[in-house]
Amino acid sequence: MSKFTKKRGKASPAISTASLPDIIFMLLFFFMVVTVLRDAELKVKVTTPYATELTKLEEKSLVNYLYIGRPLQKFQALYGTKPRLQLGDKFATIADIPLFLEKHKIKVPESRHGQITSSLRVDGEVTMGIVQDVKTQLRKSGQLKVNYSAKKDPKRSKK
Amino acid sequence: MAKTSARDRMSNEINAGSMADIAFLLLIFFLVTTTIVEDKGITVKLPPWSEEEPDITRLKTRNVFSVLVNAQDQLLVRGEIMPVSKLREDAKLFIANPYNRPDMAEKPTKAIISLKNDRGTSYKAYLEVYNELKAAYNELWDELSQRKYGIPYSEDMPFAYKKAIRDEIPFVLSEAEPTAFGEE
Repeated sequence: MSKFTKKRGKASPAISTASLPDIIFMLLFFFMVVTVLRDAELKVKVTTPYATELTKLEEKSLVNYLYIGRPLQKFQALYGTKPRLQLGDKFATIADIPLFLEKHKIKVPESRHGQITSSLRVDGEVTMGIVQDVKTQLRKSGQLKVNYSAKKDPKRSKK
Repeated sequence: MAKTSARDRMSNEINAGSMADIAFLLLIFFLVTTTIVEDKGITVKLPPWSEEEPDITRLKTRNVFSVLVNAQDQLLVRGEIMPVSKLREDAKLFIANPYNRPDMAEKPTKAIISLKNDRGTSYKAYLEVYNELKAAYNELWDELSQRKYGIPYSEDMPFAYKKAIRDEIPFVLSEAEPTAFGEE
């Protein structure tokens, strides 16, 4: 009996917390690697439609984003309710697309220019008129790889 | 002498207990400022820009699968009204033509899908139609791949296999300049 009591009395109760920062840092690095910094504040409402035949965009640095949708409530006094195009973090017109593409292109090494993809993030309620104009402008600018952004349909699976 | 003894008595370990708090702060900062964007979508290759309209009148009508979408998001497939749910099956039947019907594609390599929409068509309807047509091809590729190689069709299968399948059933979708009846 005395054996047990003795042992319990002697054991030091403190657990070393020295490795805790390392664990937290590991978590931190994980999140830093898997996430992308939010580069643009959305000024238009974009709810992408559902689809099933999706492909994943692999490299974020090779992708530029074009947003199309109706301006948010707070911008409607200034910009109206018609669907608008947003490039970067400001409203833009179709004519601004070539410059926008060029600005993105100079950040990419020349050997990879062919792999640049334009991601069209378009609201489902928008009519095709403005989308068509954007597509035509992209074709004229030689940006032919396009990805129509969509969400995975939860109801219908691929097969 | 007294000084050195004081230094000796000091513990030369820094308390690392607050390190975790600092790291937590950083972690929470990154969690708040970042988003995990669902970067998925339907990838398409647009045709290069040319001033003149492509001439599809010289194609045989049996090889063309025309899909029209109007401003009310209704579908007209080869002159017939059709719900979007039937489109996939119909497109598959047209491309593969298993019964050698005279009004369907001679062979998959000659099949052309022609898609035309209105400027008033909603983007949702357009993408749904596009998705169905792409799905039809994906299913055909998958069936062919199962038959030839016994493996399902996927993006990361051997390149030679993929090329053989894509050569046998090429994805040809031509999009015409949209009409402008229902522009808002």
